[in-house]
Amino acid sequence: MTAVHGDATVQSAIFRERGGLAGSLSDIFWRNPRLLLLLMLTPPVLWLGIIYLGSLFALLAQSFFSIDEFSGLINREFTLKTYGELLIPANLDIIFRTVLMAAAVTLAAAVVAFPVAYYAARYASGKWKALFYLGVMLPLWSSYLVKVYAWKLILAKEGILNWFFAKLHLTWLLEAWLALPVIGGNSLSVSYTGTFLVFLYVWLPFMVLPLQAALERVPASLVEASSDLGATPAQTFRNVLLPLAMPGLAAGSIFTFSLTLGDYIIPQIVGSSRLFIGQAVYAHQGTAGNIPLAAAFTVVPIVIMGFYLWGAKRLGAFDAL
Amino acid sequence: MRSDRASAPLALKIAAACGLLFLHLPILLIFVYAFTTEEKSYQWPPPGLTLKWFAVTWGRPDVWEALGLSVRVAAVSTAIALVLGTLCAAAVSRTKFFGRETISLLVILPIALPGIITGIALRSAFNLADIPFSVWTIVLGHATFCVVVVYNNAVARFRRTSASLIEASMDLGADGFQTFRHVILPNIGTALLAGGMLAFALSFDEVIVTTFTAGQQSTLPIWMLEELVRPRQRPVTNVVAMVVVMVTFLPILAAYYLTRDGDRIAGHGK
Repeated sequence: MTAVHGDATVQSAIFRERGGLAGSLSDIFWRNPRLLLLLMLTPPVLWLGIIYLGSLFALLAQSFFSIDEFSGLINREFTLKTYGELLIPANLDIIFRTVLMAAAVTLAAAVVAFPVAYYAARYASGKWKALFYLGVMLPLWSSYLVKVYAWKLILAKEGILNWFFAKLHLTWLLEAWLALPVIGGNSLSVSYTGTFLVFLYVWLPFMVLPLQAALERVPASLVEASSDLGATPAQTFRNVLLPLAMPGLAAGSIFTFSLTLGDYIIPQIVGSSRLFIGQAVYAHQGTAGNIPLAAAFTVVPIVIMGFYLWGAKRLGAFDAL
Repeated sequence: MRSDRASAPLALKIAAACGLLFLHLPILLIFVYAFTTEEKSYQWPPPGLTLKWFAVTWGRPDVWEALGLSVRVAAVSTAIALVLGTLCAAAVSRTKFFGRETISLLVILPIALPGIITGIALRSAFNLADIPFSVWTIVLGHATFCVVVVYNNAVARFRRTSASLIEASMDLGADGFQTFRHVILPNIGTALLAGGMLAFALSFDEVIVTTFTAGQQSTLPIWMLEELVRPRQRPVTNVVAMVVVMVTFLPILAAYYLTRDGDRIAGHGK
């Protein structure tokens, strides 16, 4: 399009220059698309670059400072001492516990989400499709705190879940479960099982949506061909559906994993008193005033997510977002 | 159901139905609790039903203040996010340039990284820069992660809007601003509206970043968080929770109807 500019014979076919400020501006932008691009990109890049990246880097920089144990003041000299503190057993425990929880939540979310996503993608149409879509979107967008609150009601000692087990005369089952080491506890609302259930509930829609998007792209004929060729449903699932759904699973797992890694409110409200990474960050920056250690703790999920995203990209997760 | 589709196996139907029930029953439970006569515990089944708590909640100034602040913050953040998100989407989808992928990553990062990181980063930056915490520090945080919602909606729509429409408009003599006003805007309008509503819902509900960027101000989620950690007025909290659910459903339903046709083509949400 720019090639015709210099050509004298074509000159007459080109519009006259426009008058007025808007007109000339518009002409300038048409001739210099890069200028327009620059103008369009400047505000968002400045905003995100300065406010977001700026504070992020400031935070990361502080993780290389250390805190003076006696005065409680921050010593602004480069040191790796704070990162060393991450490696004491108590802190390693926190990291290990959080990653394990995130992995468990991700796996469970994949298992629960798959049938919903597969039904919505393959079998639902028309009204049912809309119902499934809204059925996932409404819980996804409804208030996070309200969802956590709902689970506080459900898991309470006098709440609906205990009542339900009692009605079915299955209280012994619940008690046997709570008697288990690690995942059990005094009651559901102070056990890892409770924390796990709330995490699963709150992040489940984030798994369903990308998974459904990936499954929509699986041609039904592939699944049919597989069974025509004599594969059992289990074989079809393992060799045809699952590999094709992998980008969606990977994309969904980014959300469930990352969101669980960074959450500090759910384990605070439903769960045992043992800390997760988010709670540790919150505690260190708050009353303790130990910003360097809090900053070092935030680096942990960033690094973990960095590796995770790198792996997910190799699985093709970003095509399914 | 169309006749050329095989019907789903029973096990799949049951599993899918259970999944949906799991997603919805807890929210429905909130609605029942809003009417319970019990005020000291979370007793189930409710010993009785009453409408009393709606009147009590209506008369609570702290709830109204928190609600007002939440609405103001969400409105301003949405406005900022609309401008930034649309600009970014237009730039990224119209042209290929060096660093385009980086820009997409930059926009998604605030929501891809755990909220606590965004929160504490902003808080320590405000501290370093000696910016006092106020409504505006809350808005700064909210606008940052709302951009991505608008951006995603706008990018999806730009992708489906044919570039030839814009070329045709230019060929017919419209200048850039006229093209924007009469061709681009009508095409992306509903996507922006949907993105704006979702951004509003996101900001209205945000608690993790807000706990770090708010000073003494309390938005509705902060108010609820305090109630969650130290329950003092369970019945009022029940009513507020129910109202919040109903209020957030409206923009989501509206956003769905606005982008419905698009979702059928593009096949993905959010």
